[in-house]
Amino acid sequence: MSKYTEDDLREELKTKEYEYGFYTDIESETFPVGLNEDVVRAISMKKEEPQWMTDWRLEAFRAWQEMIEPEWANVHYEKPNFQNISYYSAPNSKPKYDSLDEVDPELLATFAKLGISLDEQKKLSGVAMDVVVDSVSVATTFKKTLGEKGIIFCSISEAIREHPELVKKYLGTIVPQKDNFYAALNSAVFSDGSFCYIPKGVRCPMELSTYFRINQAGTGQFERTLVIADEGSYVSYLEGCTAPSRDENQLHAAVVELIALDDAEIKYSTVQNWFPGSAEGKGGVYNFVTKRGLCEKNAKISWTQVETGSAVTWKYPSCILKGDNSVGEFYSIAVTNNFQQADTGTKMIHLGKNTRSTIISKGISAGKSQNSYRGLVQISPRAENARNFSQCDSLLMGNECGAHTFPYIEVKNKTAKIEHEATTSKIGEDQIFYCNQRGIDTEKAIALIVNGFSKEVLNKLPMEFAVEAQKLLEISLEGSVG
Amino acid sequence: MDLKEKLVSSFLAFEESIDVHSPVHDIRNEAIKTFETEGFPTKKQEAWKYTSLNAILKHDYSVFPKQENTIEYKDIKEYFLHDIDTYKIIFIDGKYSSHLSQTTHDGIDVCLMSSALNKPKYRPIIENYFNKIATKDSLTSLNTAFSNEGAYIHIPKNKLVDKPIQILHFSTGNEAALMLQPRNLIVADENSEVQIFERHQSLTDNPVLTNSVTEIFTAKRAIVDYYKLQNDNSNASLIDNTFVDQKDQSHCLVHTFSFGGKLTRNNLNFYQNGERIESTMKGVTIIGDKQHVDHNTLVHHIEPNCESHQDYKGIFGDSATGVFNGKIVVEKLAQKTNAFQANNNILLSDKASINTKPQLEIFADDVKCSHGCTIGQLDESAMFYMRSRGIPKKEAKALLMYAFSNNVLSSVRIPELKQRITKVIANKLGVNIGFDL
Repeated sequence: MSKYTEDDLREELKTKEYEYGFYTDIESETFPVGLNEDVVRAISMKKEEPQWMTDWRLEAFRAWQEMIEPEWANVHYEKPNFQNISYYSAPNSKPKYDSLDEVDPELLATFAKLGISLDEQKKLSGVAMDVVVDSVSVATTFKKTLGEKGIIFCSISEAIREHPELVKKYLGTIVPQKDNFYAALNSAVFSDGSFCYIPKGVRCPMELSTYFRINQAGTGQFERTLVIADEGSYVSYLEGCTAPSRDENQLHAAVVELIALDDAEIKYSTVQNWFPGSAEGKGGVYNFVTKRGLCEKNAKISWTQVETGSAVTWKYPSCILKGDNSVGEFYSIAVTNNFQQADTGTKMIHLGKNTRSTIISKGISAGKSQNSYRGLVQISPRAENARNFSQCDSLLMGNECGAHTFPYIEVKNKTAKIEHEATTSKIGEDQIFYCNQRGIDTEKAIALIVNGFSKEVLNKLPMEFAVEAQKLLEISLEGSVG
Repeated sequence: MDLKEKLVSSFLAFEESIDVHSPVHDIRNEAIKTFETEGFPTKKQEAWKYTSLNAILKHDYSVFPKQENTIEYKDIKEYFLHDIDTYKIIFIDGKYSSHLSQTTHDGIDVCLMSSALNKPKYRPIIENYFNKIATKDSLTSLNTAFSNEGAYIHIPKNKLVDKPIQILHFSTGNEAALMLQPRNLIVADENSEVQIFERHQSLTDNPVLTNSVTEIFTAKRAIVDYYKLQNDNSNASLIDNTFVDQKDQSHCLVHTFSFGGKLTRNNLNFYQNGERIESTMKGVTIIGDKQHVDHNTLVHHIEPNCESHQDYKGIFGDSATGVFNGKIVVEKLAQKTNAFQANNNILLSDKASINTKPQLEIFADDVKCSHGCTIGQLDESAMFYMRSRGIPKKEAKALLMYAFSNNVLSSVRIPELKQRITKVIANKLGVNIGFDL
């Protein structure tokens, strides 16, 4: 057998096509490109929203017009032309279906290609899916089971219609309309998203899951997610996405708000595998996401993310630890290859007493990619006995990529205990040699080592996701060792 | 008139006092333009996010002291490393004081920047090194524009300087407010070795602002050992910009001891232009009141097989604020780099705060880079251990804090200096014990 060298591996990686790059032709109802107040009104009307919602959007839009795009992140890209994007696109085949048989077969085929056939999901995993294809929920399953427990799990537009009091009370409280450029844009034009409410003391019996897809050429996707866990409740929420291969840059600016009231716990997991652009760095999704959670007393929010896709990622899932004894966690694996750029991390804002936070971030860069960790740990003067542990490890493959760490630590209380450590390394030749010696070929050895490197984070994912995440890691990294 | 305008307009007056036909003057002209366009840094700039200069820029500083002042040695003896023989370069209100100094041209050059800039004998060195690694940011440019006086040290090949060199700056308080801009150049040729001690001291409570720039060049296998003691009084502020250029197998160590001053900002930049270089940057900060100390370090690893080692300890009481902003850049070529950075802090009061930002920017894959930072308190069980053995609380606390900073002190290679710093620390912690028993 000829020797499998690093060069072979790199070559193989280069030619590895985006496996999920296909395009389903579903007749879409798409708005013409451009953005102005009329478009915002039209989106609102289309969604049959009440007046207060329209006003809310318009307020955000006006704020957005005053704002400028942030440039501080360690990413370089051609700025999207916001007047060149269509802000609404919905699959045509309405209304909703009672069973899967009625769903557009082409759509089902799309899911089959992605390996997330609804039937299978239903049967095997018991995951209730709120499938989002180009911004509108087409199928919601397991709603009844959840309904019995009093859990509301629906699209956000449905929530605005049916549970306005909850939406009104919480929407925009964690991520205000004017929070940042992309959040403001999202607030103005969000087309759909998920809404979830867990009543007091209820433990959600299954993992809630939404699959996001970007499907129509030139359609920006602006998702809005709002998860509210009432006192003493528990929910685990999964989010995952894939997108078709496309030359044009696609913009994604989602906003996720989590609210964990007293004693509640929210576990939010993401697997992101959007089109990262071709090996030459052409195309790919721009992912500018604002994710933030608020913890009341004794509450816990845990973010877990596996980021393998997107040409440019700008994402900082954060926790505001407002209540005493609240806990924030952030586990992340960010993989970049070819010309991908990721600037991701977290913010832990300690406000309450005895608050704790843990940050584990694993960055893996290959090809010509740039991977940055940017995090903030802030201890306010009133946050007695706050505790933080942060660990950021980077793995470099090849000498054309970069790994960067920008941790910000601001402490204003003497009782705080903060630890931060970061390391950068490559896969050791001795490690590969050890595996080879025992009959494990180089590629498997690398998979093994990468898996071990990311294990702390992978372990935090729910079972179904962990499998997919591992698969994604393999696709993204196969053979790229330096 | 704000300080910036005042500085720009006094540049014209400055030109009258110096030789405007020297090549250095083009550099000065360029620099004042840079400063004029950029102005003083503000908190909006990432590098100055946690340090605001507003409070210290509001004074009406005099840029050129009107008269020469003299001080008796006995009044300032305590600020010297007086128990050992040293070379001394002493400045009083920015002017060279010949009767306090002890310079030399015997084999090595330990003298004044002003004479080095003016005498043709030094021209080759000035042309090769002056302003070659100082960055073009606004504060450094401001210093470059007014660069005229400071220490000039040149150690030729294979020379080992027989005793340490002291660079001391005193301000007498004869001016209501004084701004000083010393400019130092240190060139250590192949196989040479030198130890330098630098201190800025204000003798009254009148405000002083020092914007100092030091360029250090270490050639092949040279060793430069640089110590900065910053224990100034509460109205004196210091912005120290130090740039180090290292060649193959050289070793440069910079120790910074920050115990006082209103605002202290240390910009310490290392550029490793060669292989198998070692760079060491260490610091101890112990401050209280409303003092502010900001360490901003950069190590730029450009070529393979180099090492850098950073270790900064901070203890902050009262309403003091500490900032640490350390950056390690590893270029694509710099394989086998071994970079280490640690920043440990203790907060003693609820009003004290610390902002730390250790950054890594890595473009090479075969490197070992790590950084760690911690913020915490004194170990209660260790306190209990000592208390139960009859050591009073204050002393026990001081012992723990001394132990905390000992890592940095252990690499100080002038024993007298180490003793001196130990005493200052004891003083700072309010105890009367010699730690090095």
